[in-house]
Amino acid sequence: MSDGPIIKVEDVHKWYGNFHALKGINVEVKRREVIVIFGPSGSGKSTFIRTLNRLEEHQRGRIFVDGIELSHDVRNIEQIRSETGMVFQQFNLFPHLTVMQNIVLAPIQVRKWTKQKAEETAMQLLERVGIPEQAYKYPGQLSGGQQQRVAIARSLAMQPKIMLFDEPTSALDPEMIKEVLDVMVELAKSGMTILAVTHEMGFARAVADRMLFFDKGEIVEQGTPEQIFNAPKEDRTKLFLSQILRH
Amino acid sequence: MTKTTEHILPPVLERSNLLGWMRRNLFGSWIDALLTLIGVWIVYWAASGLLRWALYTAEWKVIVVNARLLMIGQYPIEQVGRLWIWLGFLIFLLGNSLAIWGRGSRIAPALLALPVAMAFIFPFGADPRKWLIAMTAIGLIGWGLGRVKPEALKRSVIAGWVISLPIIILLTYGLSKSEASIVPIVRTNLWGGLLLTFLLTVVGILFSFPIGVLLALGRRSELPAVRWFSVGYIELVRGVPLITILFMAQLMLPLFLPEGWTVDRVVRAMVGITLFSAAYLAENVRGGLQAIPKGQFEAAAALGLSGAQTMIFIILPQALRLVIPILVGQFIALYKDTSLVAIVGLLDLVGIARTVLAQPEFLGLQREVYVFISLIFWALSYGMSYVSQRLEERLGVGIR
Repeated sequence: MSDGPIIKVEDVHKWYGNFHALKGINVEVKRREVIVIFGPSGSGKSTFIRTLNRLEEHQRGRIFVDGIELSHDVRNIEQIRSETGMVFQQFNLFPHLTVMQNIVLAPIQVRKWTKQKAEETAMQLLERVGIPEQAYKYPGQLSGGQQQRVAIARSLAMQPKIMLFDEPTSALDPEMIKEVLDVMVELAKSGMTILAVTHEMGFARAVADRMLFFDKGEIVEQGTPEQIFNAPKEDRTKLFLSQILRH
Repeated sequence: MTKTTEHILPPVLERSNLLGWMRRNLFGSWIDALLTLIGVWIVYWAASGLLRWALYTAEWKVIVVNARLLMIGQYPIEQVGRLWIWLGFLIFLLGNSLAIWGRGSRIAPALLALPVAMAFIFPFGADPRKWLIAMTAIGLIGWGLGRVKPEALKRSVIAGWVISLPIIILLTYGLSKSEASIVPIVRTNLWGGLLLTFLLTVVGILFSFPIGVLLALGRRSELPAVRWFSVGYIELVRGVPLITILFMAQLMLPLFLPEGWTVDRVVRAMVGITLFSAAYLAENVRGGLQAIPKGQFEAAAALGLSGAQTMIFIILPQALRLVIPILVGQFIALYKDTSLVAIVGLLDLVGIARTVLAQPEFLGLQREVYVFISLIFWALSYGMSYVSQRLEERLGVGIR
């Protein structure tokens, strides 16, 4: 069981009205694997990563996360979500709660931890992401990079088995991208299973085990960073890489 | 840092003093000057007329003679102490709360001194005077305690507010039917005046709030039955005037109840007001819910929080904070709308005013009586508005 894939996606389709957003996705993710998903906007990469914790519902095919199938059963969904952390482009911190309260809320309410245990864990996580001194501020008082690091700490507080990143640096000013990527690199090296939608090719080169290139709702090409960067097979991959790597 | 910074004064006209200000704002040009003079004359004319009436013409005796009626209706005089006790309890909590949450506010002691001031200004009897002085004393004690130990008292003050409604109702209504009891029952047909207005308002606010929030959530529910019920209820109730609901509660409710069941008339009015207000409240709260970005729901869901947990911890706190000003506006409206119960025969402040004016010796004194009850309505409405502004500052509406 523990050697099998932690995520198994079989022939997943998704439609928005008549728009075919995902056209038969098949992926298996091994434990501790770091996967970078990239592709042009509207290619379905965000939709795909959001089906994995059912922020989007797939209409055909099957998804297994850690052996549990995503179905309409709410208990299954909540269990998968509590074991799957997600970091959003827009951070989505809770603005009415302090950084500390943002982090301890789910462990206390969902995991039923004591307040003390949750706060100790939160403090360790804030140190890990480098902002322990911000614990009692509100999200609105932090910079974008700090907010995103809080969001990462908030997800990690649930001790997830998988971390999903949905364009985590796209809303950040350039000088703040690095501080977030550093945290992600450290996380990848610590052995976390990661799926990240990102165009930060430096991150991909540094830690990705595999890269998936999405276009028009399909996985057009996949391979190690070396294969993708040095010897892409598909024309669409070459074209896209030439566009984003030009400068 | 020995270098002295040069002080540059603002342009002469910007330096504020009264004359400069007047010249700029009131007499900037000949037309401004003319408008200013006309304005001053209008204000003088209106104010002097009003003052002359209030000080010389008006016969305030009607208020003095009927003061008790206006305040508490026919509530038996030997039981009045019970009302003072819960009022004292509320003032104590108010003193606590002002000290704990409104620190820096200089208005608190002034507010708490109001009963004493009233005792000296108005021609009350000896008993009410003593009670009024006691009220200020209790309020100041509460305020002092709140200042000394704000953190330690927080929980008990909140608990105090939570149990205050049951205490008020219990003391006002009484416990036992026997006359020998310390708190014999006082039937609601004896409740009147400001007492009744106050109780209708408080009950209306406290019960319509949770019902309204549930209706707002129901309207956004994914369960069709719940959603359609909420929509139907809200649209139905918003489509009829409050007065018809009050009439229906008085006249039609008995038709639906089993034989031999009766519901107290004051309770019927309370139910009518609550159900009416809940429909409006639901729509106001829904406005707040809609303002919460989708990302908040997604972030909560991604953490594994259930739907109910998401609502309680993430969505409602933000949504309600956004609509505080609207809700307070609605509560003030509710407070004033309670005066409609006079039309279905209850003796609230307006109802009592009408009976006072029906007494032969006070015929034709509408002005005095209605000015007086308007002042009471205004004072409490303004109080609510003031508290809500403090609350908004506390919770940082519009800052985050």
